[in-house]
Amino acid sequence: MKPRHKRAAIALGVLSAVGVAAALVLNAFNSNLVFFYTPAQIAAKEAPQGRTFRVGGLVEAGSVKREGVTVNFVVTDTVKAVPVRYEGVLPDLFKEGKGVVAQGQLGPDGVFTAREVLAKHDENYMPPEAADALQKAEKMRNQMAGTLAPAAATGAKP
Amino acid sequence: MIPEIGQFLLLLALGVSLVQGVLPLAGAQRGRADWMALARPASYAQFILVALAFVCLTASFVRHDFSVLYVASNSNSALPLAYRIAAVWGGHEGSLLLWVLMLAAWTAAVARFSRSLPIVFVARILAVLGLVAVGFYLFMLVTSNPFDRLIPAAADGRDLNPLLQDPGMVIHPPMLYMGYVGFSVAYAFAIAALIGGNLDATWARWTRPWTSAAWIFLTFGIGLGSWWAYNELGWGGWWFWDPVENASFMPWLVGTALIHSLAVTEKRGGFKVWTVLLAIMAFSLSLLGTFLVRSGVLSSVHAFATDPRRGLFILVFLVIVIGASLLLYAWRAPSVGLGQRFALFSKESMLLVNNMLLVVACGAVLLGTLYPLFLDALGMGKISVGPPYFDTVFALMMAPLLLLMGVGPLMRWKQDDAGSLARRLRWAVVVAIVAALAAGWAMGRISPATTGGLFLGCWIVAAIGVDLVERLKPRAGLGGSVFGRARLLPRAMVGMMVAHLGVAVFAIGVSMVKTYETERDVKMGPDSSTEIAGYVFRLLSLKDVQGPNYNAVQGRIEVSHNGRVIAMLSPEKRIYRVQNNPMTESDVDSNLFRDLYVSMGEQLPNGDWIVRVQHKPFIAWIWGGCLVMMLGGALAASDRRYRLRQTRSADLPAGAGAAR
Repeated sequence: MKPRHKRAAIALGVLSAVGVAAALVLNAFNSNLVFFYTPAQIAAKEAPQGRTFRVGGLVEAGSVKREGVTVNFVVTDTVKAVPVRYEGVLPDLFKEGKGVVAQGQLGPDGVFTAREVLAKHDENYMPPEAADALQKAEKMRNQMAGTLAPAAATGAKP
Repeated sequence: MIPEIGQFLLLLALGVSLVQGVLPLAGAQRGRADWMALARPASYAQFILVALAFVCLTASFVRHDFSVLYVASNSNSALPLAYRIAAVWGGHEGSLLLWVLMLAAWTAAVARFSRSLPIVFVARILAVLGLVAVGFYLFMLVTSNPFDRLIPAAADGRDLNPLLQDPGMVIHPPMLYMGYVGFSVAYAFAIAALIGGNLDATWARWTRPWTSAAWIFLTFGIGLGSWWAYNELGWGGWWFWDPVENASFMPWLVGTALIHSLAVTEKRGGFKVWTVLLAIMAFSLSLLGTFLVRSGVLSSVHAFATDPRRGLFILVFLVIVIGASLLLYAWRAPSVGLGQRFALFSKESMLLVNNMLLVVACGAVLLGTLYPLFLDALGMGKISVGPPYFDTVFALMMAPLLLLMGVGPLMRWKQDDAGSLARRLRWAVVVAIVAALAAGWAMGRISPATTGGLFLGCWIVAAIGVDLVERLKPRAGLGGSVFGRARLLPRAMVGMMVAHLGVAVFAIGVSMVKTYETERDVKMGPDSSTEIAGYVFRLLSLKDVQGPNYNAVQGRIEVSHNGRVIAMLSPEKRIYRVQNNPMTESDVDSNLFRDLYVSMGEQLPNGDWIVRVQHKPFIAWIWGGCLVMMLGGALAASDRRYRLRQTRSADLPAGAGAAR
């Protein structure tokens, strides 16, 4: 091979190696994206079944029930709620009425089976996902209140 | 009064760093020796000022001055003295002060140990470091002043985050910062050389020990963080691919690439443009790490800042630093010129592949870390990237890297012959395969992934062995005993071997833990027991314990193996009184070949506890590998050729150090 050809071959080899690596990386990336859904979205059947995703909100007060190693609780965005089942040790800052994010899969019975439960390290700190769910629920409620209020006003007239 | 003095000292330091950043740089351009001569004294003065400011903040913590907002937010009158001192960097403002202290310390060290360098070059380096410091002083004084007063003063403090009340926490941030900030030196060397147009082998030789030193600290900081998370978070995991961990890992990957690329620049004059780019990237990623960790965009134990102004400031700072560096790079780099040619099969090629793999791996981590943030910032929904992505990508990138790690060091510069190399390494291959299979067999189960990982680890060790035997063979003109010849090996080479050995130890540890670890969450009452991996854990008793600032329930768990008691573990569940937060305090029985890890979950209504027991074979090798890598780095950085006087090295023709 002439030196010029050799250099071209090297360049080609390097480029194809980088290309293959990039393709593999992006493929792994794509199959490991974990999406986030709010309880309202799950109630509206927007969440996929059989694919891992995250749900976030508040742990509903009085909903935590333990049976041995298994624990059941309800995650709520104050409008809609989703029941969650988890096996194992919960994080230290998991508390009723506090923010939580659970990662797992939604079963056909509507129960979310969590593989991982995240509660954050600071009592005043709300996981961004949980905060997001609460904000969306707040917005929805305001919208509903906005559309309902005039009707109520007209209804009150007679 | 003390906080006001601290504040004043910071303002003075800002002024001094302005002088240090502007005058020497201008002096170097105009050839004004008097302006350039300012660089060194300004560096020392800046260091002294910020060190005194640091002392002021520490004094406020020690004296329980709750009229300082930062102290009131991060300390408490019941907090033990050691943690009160560690609390200085337990929050956002204080950790920034620690950052600038480290920067000033590195700057002063460069000023002190650069006697042999030309003054023009030193002036430029110190000026670049001064400008970086200006950015951080402004950030601190404008958005996050640690000396802000709280009026009226709090009666008592809100206490340090319980998670941070651990000996590991006392040294983890300083070490990590030493590493992060240390790359600013390599960066300053690169920028100074770009401005001055003296990117050459000499420049690479000056840069190498500094880069290695920063890399050692970063390795230590990351390893310590991992060890801390393992012991303190109570989950028994040692790496979570958490964005904050990734933020520290990315500069490490690029810094490792930089160390290797610097070797080519010094020995062969090659890769110069690439080396400079790596130096800029390593420091930019350190800044990005600070931004990610400190801006509060990430949910993590490290995220303190909630003030959006802070995030914005760091972002703007980041854009200025990276933008200006890359502009300078684009302007000056084309005039640098290429190094000597090399064949496809040569040491240079191997190091090029090493660099590509490390940088692609870093790119993959960057993608997984930043993509969710971008989507979120653009309002396109919240996603996260799971650890399986990182695991897959890393196995993919690291397997060829480790494979080449056996080959590369034995190869010749410029050109080598594949046939003779294969002959030299044939026994290493056999030894590695046998050792990998034997280890799997000893563990009772052979899995393809683990055997692969073990093979790579053993392969590196065997190849180092071959390398060592060849180098210690009696040669013409080199008689004496084996030990005599061993003593003649250059430190840098021994350092490389030791660092690679560390990687092998690490790889073996990871392979073993990933495949053979077992864990079980069980319900346990007094006198109940459970078994994993042949170890029987029996809960003997539960008792209440009072700590200085917490109450705890302590379990006493007896571990036996083959009917013999081998360990007594006392995990705790603590409630820290001030913040009323529960904390899991796990207990670990550790030896060279396995860890037994016990942590307490929560209490059930009937008084029983959920307990997590884990068996982690070879996990100590993960941190042991990091320590060996650091030792290698230290050996390499202390090679005496870096300490030779400039006059000596100037006498030698360029590339004279290239003899293998």
